[in-house]
Amino acid sequence: MSTQDEVATERSRTVDSAMVPRQFVVTASRRDTRDTRTLELRALGDEPLAFGSGQFTMLSAFGAGEVPISISGDPTRPEVLQHTIRDVGGATRALVAASPGTMLGVRGPFGHGWQVADGRGSDIVFVAGGIGLAPLRPAILEVCADRASYGRVSLLYGARTPEDILFGPDLRVWARDHDIDVEETVDTGPHAWRGRVGLVTQLVARVAFDAAHTLALVCGPEVMMRYAAQALIHCGVTADRIRLSMERNMKCGVGLCGHCQLRELFLCVDGPVLSYDRLEPLMTRAEL
Amino acid sequence: MRTISEYLPEHPFFRGLDERWIDLVVGCAANTHVYPGAYLFREGGPADRFFVVRRGRVTIETSTPTGSIVLDTAHEGDVVGWSWLVAPFRWTFDARATEETSLVAVDGACLRGKCEADPELGYALLQRVVQTMSDRLQSARARLLDLYGNRS
Ligand SMILES: Cc1cc2nc3c(=O)[nH]c(=O)nc-3n(C[C@H](O)[C@H](O)[C@H](O)COP(=O)(O)OP(=O)(O)OC[C@H]3O[C@@H](n4cnc5c(N)ncnc54)[C@H](O)[C@@H]3O)c2cc1C
Ligand code: FES
Repeated sequence: MSTQDEVATERSRTVDSAMVPRQFVVTASRRDTRDTRTLELRALGDEPLAFGSGQFTMLSAFGAGEVPISISGDPTRPEVLQHTIRDVGGATRALVAASPGTMLGVRGPFGHGWQVADGRGSDIVFVAGGIGLAPLRPAILEVCADRASYGRVSLLYGARTPEDILFGPDLRVWARDHDIDVEETVDTGPHAWRGRVGLVTQLVARVAFDAAHTLALVCGPEVMMRYAAQALIHCGVTADRIRLSMERNMKCGVGLCGHCQLRELFLCVDGPVLSYDRLEPLMTRAEL
Repeated sequence: MRTISEYLPEHPFFRGLDERWIDLVVGCAANTHVYPGAYLFREGGPADRFFVVRRGRVTIETSTPTGSIVLDTAHEGDVVGWSWLVAPFRWTFDARATEETSLVAVDGACLRGKCEADPELGYALLQRVVQTMSDRLQSARARLLDLYGNRS
């Protein structure tokens, strides 16, 4: 066999194995909000799933379908695979309903993640909207574990209502024990809510960071990410230092099917995390 | 607590405003302290002032048949109210303190008079008020999309 053939065979083996789900068992399920739960999974055979923050898996509830879900757990504890899932339809409903003992299929991890370590020595601004806090959680935990390597760190989080705020206990620990300036806001709040009401992008101007030495990581609905990126640019952060996680529909997860294509980009392999200088021309064009 | 003439020039809303104009604004301003539950203004009332929040929390509310809804909140450093500069000079919302709140209250009628006498001051203030209005408009529009609810 020629070297070229060997490379091709190796590649097809890699792709084949990436297409075969591994079996994982649900070991715990925690209710986060009325429509969102965090599942803890362990691999059958116990070989852990090492991952980088911002990566995702293709997660399947047998008989209900397979969907891309970001990993929300701690990258230093790969033996526990965590996924935080919001029930929006067929597959996510089945996943959210999976109780301890249920077997799920897992492919991956896939994609290009946050690479938060690029921000060592500078300030970090995390901007999250809604379920978007879940894909950012591993990056936040990474920063917490190596806090001295970073400058000022802020987390700006917007949710629909106070009941939709994810990871409440984590938010308090990050603020109290890891010197993270955590600012929350909601779209609508009852009178009993003592926090902010307003858009998450309004918080950008309220926190302290050195714009010339800042890495901003943004995750949430696309429109919110665009507004957040614009607010960061307005404050002086350059587009190449703003990273967004593009969570468009995906099927194969390995760059084969074209489901996730955004012009020249295959979001499952080139992303989901990409810098705003690459994304801006694509995000502002309708129907791309 | 710093005096108004020390505080205002550093405030983002007034930053960059010529010193003599700051003096004019300070001449129309007074410190105010309100207790939780007190209204700064009510919808439909004469918009004769605006406020700079020094400490505390203010909710911007509107009434509906089922009760009032909080549309926005203002915190330290925020400016509340722009209706003082735009005819018919009536408040379009309620504003209420929900904690003990310290503010600088600026007399809108006094400032309007100074703006008319010095259009340059009027223009500089208008630019700042328009910025506040535009931020609030963008926030309101974005929230109409119900971004986090619809995964749009
Ligand atoms: C890289 C990546 C990471 C993701 N991470 C998470 C995560 O950590 N947690 C989580 O809850 N969800 C995450 N999602 C979104 C999740 O994959 C979708 O919600 C899921 O595919 C919906 O499938 P369904 O069968 O449950 O719903 P369907 O019945 O297929 O759809 C229900 C509704 O959801 C909308 N929808 C479907 N997929 C998406 C999507 N990708 N983005 C926006 N709207 C969508 C549909 O338009 C429809 O309105 C991620 C998506 C991607 C691409
Ligand atoms: S999901 Fe198939 S190419 Fe990206």
